[in-house]
Amino acid sequence: MGKMKVAILGSGNIGTDLLIKIMRSRYLECGLFIGRNLSSPGMTKANMLGVRISDRSIDAIADDPDICDLVFDATSARDHHRHWPVLESLGKVVIDMTPAQVGAMCVPAINLNESLSHQNINMVTCGGQASIPMAHLIGQHHEEVEYIEVVSSIASRSAGPATRINLDEYIETTEKGIRAFSGCREAKAILILNPAQPCVDMQTTIFAKVAHPDIEGLRRTVNEMVKRIQHYVPDYQLIVPPVLEDGRIVITVKVQGLGDYLPRFAGNLDIINCAAIAAAEAYAKEMLKNAGFGTQGERYEENIDKRSYLA
Amino acid sequence: MKKILISDPTLRDGNHAVRHQLQKHQVAIYAAAADAAGIPIVEVGHGNGLGASSLQVGESSLGDAEFLRVAKENLPTSKLGIHVIPGFATIKKDLQQALGMGVDVVRVASHCTEADTTQRHISYVRERGKEVFGVLMMSHMASKEELAEEAVKMESYGAEAVIIMDSAGAYLPADVTERIGILVASLTIPVGFHGHNNLGMAIANSVAAVEAGASIIDGTARGFGAGAGNTQLEVLIAVFDKMGFETGVDLYQVLDAADIAERELMKNIPSIKSLSVVSGVAGVFSGFAKHVERVAGEYDLDPRDIFFELGRRKAVAGQEDMIIEVALNLKAGVRAA
Repeated sequence: MGKMKVAILGSGNIGTDLLIKIMRSRYLECGLFIGRNLSSPGMTKANMLGVRISDRSIDAIADDPDICDLVFDATSARDHHRHWPVLESLGKVVIDMTPAQVGAMCVPAINLNESLSHQNINMVTCGGQASIPMAHLIGQHHEEVEYIEVVSSIASRSAGPATRINLDEYIETTEKGIRAFSGCREAKAILILNPAQPCVDMQTTIFAKVAHPDIEGLRRTVNEMVKRIQHYVPDYQLIVPPVLEDGRIVITVKVQGLGDYLPRFAGNLDIINCAAIAAAEAYAKEMLKNAGFGTQGERYEENIDKRSYLA
Repeated sequence: MKKILISDPTLRDGNHAVRHQLQKHQVAIYAAAADAAGIPIVEVGHGNGLGASSLQVGESSLGDAEFLRVAKENLPTSKLGIHVIPGFATIKKDLQQALGMGVDVVRVASHCTEADTTQRHISYVRERGKEVFGVLMMSHMASKEELAEEAVKMESYGAEAVIIMDSAGAYLPADVTERIGILVASLTIPVGFHGHNNLGMAIANSVAAVEAGASIIDGTARGFGAGAGNTQLEVLIAVFDKMGFETGVDLYQVLDAADIAERELMKNIPSIKSLSVVSGVAGVFSGFAKHVERVAGEYDLDPRDIFFELGRRKAVAGQEDMIIEVALNLKAGVRAA
């Protein structure tokens, strides 16, 4: 059975880690790895792995559109606004890793299937991928959620220059995601960088204010949600199960990464990449099924829940 | 005569001591008294600054806008200052509005090793022609060389001064001398010091800072602040008078302002309680004190164990959620290696 061809725009940490995950995927293959500088660490790594590389940015796809069906944009919000019209007219599916807020927000544990009807999906933020499923759960258990606040602490070393300069965009995009998926009236996101050595794992706490907290209900369903996330982020762990403390609902999760191109503590970078791969594989399965590969039939269906890149 | 610029965060750091419950009339009365005393900069707001009212740190009884409006009305002469931590406050949601309300001095703060998160906020304020200082919090957690490197970054972004905070009250005077010395040598802009009193060293550390070349010193009335409190402002002014440093602050009037603060703002005058000593020795942010006490009560734990465990885990300011996790772990008998 065939694989869907993808291209990666952006050769930084996110792009390079995506590449390694794609090389493990049964549904995806990387046709082109695109950056701006052939001697960057990401480009060097891709070259060593025998992947075709280009330093011509979006032009590399515009000049050779058959190179891919799907594009991961791991550049910056500003660049994504420039890339999207080109990719849209070429009919490419786009998974946007930046906080550009152009496409429909996708959090695989919640709306994977629905996302597949969009040509451009946005992976929100790392803190969003970690916290939104819990915020969604809180929204499902309570008729009215007054306020949700999510606080992520990440290792200083896992926050590259783009993250540091874009803290405001991170906050705005995360808050938008929390509101959209939980239905809460007000949302607040806070990001803390912790320089401790050895590096701390990513940790995210979700606080909520509701009139009648249903802690029992949350406790009954939280593990199922955690399992759904673990399908694509194996080391997503619940470390403070739903508790009521000082009148607030508190849930804390910890995310360790797979340790592909990025260290294990950089769960913040890994979770957004794992989510993007889960989305891309879902697109790929749809495409392959429509192209007739589905007739190979049941074997494909059997494997639907086993994210191949974890193998 | 050596000139020292005094900055007074009584109405900001003091808010930690009352769980961010300062009220309008309290802001008005103290701001007016500080203005009358000739305090050059009066800082107001939630304890963690602009946009920091939250479940994580504590909800403020006053919104940022109300705080600024009341303070501005009562500060005919003194400059109005705010504390801004990127990661809590954004330019669009918070800073833009604050500048529109007449803020004169913006102090953009980050954990001591994370200066590059302040670049956009510092530049934004500078481009709008307001005064902007960089602040390195929890500065005891970095080496003096690292601190200098981070301070140089802030200067390059446009900061017009850099202040280091002893947020855990962990320094001894020799530590301050060493750190301020290297900052003064590395920067072309003024250097400042913000002390906490956990180990009873706030005044001595402030004196050491000035002797090492610092020219901006923070202090609060009666030391109003989290836990053991801050450098006590009226004592600082008296000491600087005696040492022959010029602050422009009137001693009688600042003593009056401190009396007003004691009467109007605080339930308890800050003192070095046993737990404050522990927070200083453990090197944990003084602002955690009230949360630690509450959580220790709820989970029936010794708050000292929580503080030392937070210190071992190198918790930084803003990680208040870690207190609950540490408490659950201590309950279960788990400690960091």
